[in-house]
Amino acid sequence: MKEYNIRVNGESHIVEVHEDTPLMWVLRDSLGLVGTKYGCGIAQCGACTVHVDGEAMRSCSMPISSVGDKSIVTIEGLSKEGDHPVQQAWDEADVSQCGYCQAGQIMTAVAFLNKNRTPSDDAIEEAMHGNICRCGTYNRVKKAIKIAADKM
Amino acid sequence: MANHTLNRRTFIKVSTAACGGLVIGATWLSSCGQEEKPVDPRGEADGFKEMNAYIKIATNGVVTINAPNPEIGQGVKTALPMLVAEELDMDWDKVIVEQAPLDTDNFFRQVAGGSGSVREAWLPFRKAGASARYLLLAAAAQEWDVPMDDCRTMDGYVYHDGTAQKAHYGELVNTAADIDLPDEVPLKDKANFRLIGTAVKNVDNRKIITGQPLFGLDTKREGMKYAMVVRPPAFGQTLDSYDDSETMSMPGIHKVISFDDKVAVIGDSTWAVKKGRDALQIKWKTNDQLESSEQHTADFKNLINRKSNDPKRKDGQVESAIADADKVLEATYECPFLPHACLEPMNFFAHVKDDHIELNGPVQLPARARTHIADKLEVEEEIIDVHMTRMGGGFGRRLYMDFVEDAAMVSKMTKLPIQVVWTREDDMTAGVYRPAGMYNYKAAIKDDQLMGWHLRSAAINTGNGTRENNFPAGAVPNFQVDYHQLDSDVTIGAWRAPNHNFIAFSEECFLDEVAHELGKDPVDFRLELLASAKDKEDVQVDYDVGRYIGVINRVKQMSGWGLSEKSGVYRGFGAHFSFGTYVAQVAEVAIEDDDIKVKKVYCAVDCGIVVNRSGAETQIEGGIIDGLGHALYGELKIEEGKANITNFDKHRMIRMRECPEVVIDFIDSGFDPQGLGEPGLPPIPAAVGNAIFAATGVRIRKLPFIQHQKELIG
Repeated sequence: MKEYNIRVNGESHIVEVHEDTPLMWVLRDSLGLVGTKYGCGIAQCGACTVHVDGEAMRSCSMPISSVGDKSIVTIEGLSKEGDHPVQQAWDEADVSQCGYCQAGQIMTAVAFLNKNRTPSDDAIEEAMHGNICRCGTYNRVKKAIKIAADKM
Repeated sequence: MANHTLNRRTFIKVSTAACGGLVIGATWLSSCGQEEKPVDPRGEADGFKEMNAYIKIATNGVVTINAPNPEIGQGVKTALPMLVAEELDMDWDKVIVEQAPLDTDNFFRQVAGGSGSVREAWLPFRKAGASARYLLLAAAAQEWDVPMDDCRTMDGYVYHDGTAQKAHYGELVNTAADIDLPDEVPLKDKANFRLIGTAVKNVDNRKIITGQPLFGLDTKREGMKYAMVVRPPAFGQTLDSYDDSETMSMPGIHKVISFDDKVAVIGDSTWAVKKGRDALQIKWKTNDQLESSEQHTADFKNLINRKSNDPKRKDGQVESAIADADKVLEATYECPFLPHACLEPMNFFAHVKDDHIELNGPVQLPARARTHIADKLEVEEEIIDVHMTRMGGGFGRRLYMDFVEDAAMVSKMTKLPIQVVWTREDDMTAGVYRPAGMYNYKAAIKDDQLMGWHLRSAAINTGNGTRENNFPAGAVPNFQVDYHQLDSDVTIGAWRAPNHNFIAFSEECFLDEVAHELGKDPVDFRLELLASAKDKEDVQVDYDVGRYIGVINRVKQMSGWGLSEKSGVYRGFGAHFSFGTYVAQVAEVAIEDDDIKVKKVYCAVDCGIVVNRSGAETQIEGGIIDGLGHALYGELKIEEGKANITNFDKHRMIRMRECPEVVIDFIDSGFDPQGLGEPGLPPIPAAVGNAIFAATGVRIRKLPFIQHQKELIG
């Protein structure tokens, strides 16, 4: 067990965990930030997606020892009032069915839209390829990304 | 149970209390302790009255509606309260929806399954709303001293136009609570619906998009420990012995225990118990020969060739029809196992104490959870409370009690509040799969007519793997369905649209084969068969011929079937009736870059009245995409008793770029609402399979399609 000082959603946290603990479990179990979801543990489903220095990363496959002083943003820290244009678009398009994968979908979409404000369908499909939705909400996810792109 | 007969005073007190222990109402949902009050942007309610089990009205006019059914993503937490709000005449934007716990005294059928929630709730939930509205109208009449018939309601207010008086429901609720309800209260005429039929957003949208605790895995409790439970890796194995010395030396590990051929590791965090379980040395016993999918296939063949003495359905003499036929078509369709792969892996929370048991988590049958755990732990049901969290998918998997039992047993043995977490690998390898099966069809053709239809089938551990009274039953004079069960150690379960999900593929593809043999257009051929079914009024079938024809004609029109086709795009048709709902689909497929691309799907649905248009569309579209994905890629094989896939690296799920555009049209038939969570799924594999045949001339009879990629591209 080792102590780590990590920066999550603009705040510093000291956690004492084993050095191979995936960031996802530190967020969920140590910090109570359960918006970041466990889906596969092997970076295949995207439910655990967070931003690490602005990049969409799979927190299930990122050991705490590799986080260092990088800035972590989770779904809880995406906006103060839950009103990031992508969050608003997700509501407007009424994307969610069960909702479990949607935080990961949103985090991937935000990181993508930060780099590409006028995305083509192909670019959206490419960017979202790593996020699985068993309910089959993909078309509404795409619709929400387009709505958000217009507003960002 | 003890908490079921709460009087009104207790209810209010309990409802405003914080989480933990005895809880009903506001705060138990979503990992209690993290959230003291429901989010209410309209201000704090200052005390409220319970109008009935479904409705609480605060004196400031805020209305809270209970959603008693488990929410697995099928949208009932939104749709069922809509039924109440419609009859209450309440402004939906001012309604708070709360998930109710299991309460068999006050609610009925708290079940997520069989696409039945809206169908079963249609009258009782509306009556709950209409009853409360009656009391509020009566209260206004009493307070204003005017005839009740002269008062009207609208968006949470009672009006008396003659005296220009108006009061919101909160102002009337104290008077209303003391008024007696008559035996019958009128329901609205359907023509006057203002909320039902509109597009209403998922009531949990805000919590979902801001990552608030909502799902079973998000549960936190004071003193809670995490547990992982290791099961025999192969079906048919049992526990021999285990060595936990390395595990027990690891940090964060509290205990290792064993029960029912399983070994459980209990510790302070999910990762600690994951590492601890990986360090266990376990010996498993193999008692019999371990099974394989290959052997299952051979066994299916033997079974279907066995004469059936007890056909599931027998009209006319199919054997004579086959003997007399000019031509007999025969084809065998094969169905693979599928794991459910809910995005939220199985998990559950239990706190078992001597005098009280709390069960909390994602479960589609909360009432069964209570009886099951009462039996298992040999306690009275009265001491068990069950709370349902929102579920990260259900698809049938959470109808089963294995994960509930894990949590209850570990909590009982450790005397601790326990959150059991299954890894994805645990989830995918523990069984309860869509059963594998084999479906052999024979069609007897005489004088260019389909005179005989014989289905001989077998599936794993399933009492009846057929839907023998579904189309084309009733449309073929000599019709027989035989079925055999293959007993296996592999556990199976209901998987979204059980049986229908494969039957529709085999049946609708074989009908296509017959149509091609007869040189008929596949859609016209079905319409012809249905027309003949209409003439046979004495024949019992499960479906309504007219409504079946209705969806086929609608999708024909939507897709421009039979009219000029786009170059390089091929069409296939599939239709199916399940859970009271009629669905017909046309899939447009292209072979591009050596791959099957499903470009567009047209879908006509007759589910009766649509309650929530947004929810209904998303259920049908989700069913199409889910069904397509599994037909394209999904297959689980048993090898040496074990599942050959353990996670999403090998179990390919459909992703965004593989999704077709989906166009849906609901037929305004005016019938009472039927199912939507499942019926969208069954026709799509057939529509795509038939389109692949149109494109390539290759008839795929064994799913998944991806396995046949080489044949298709030649």
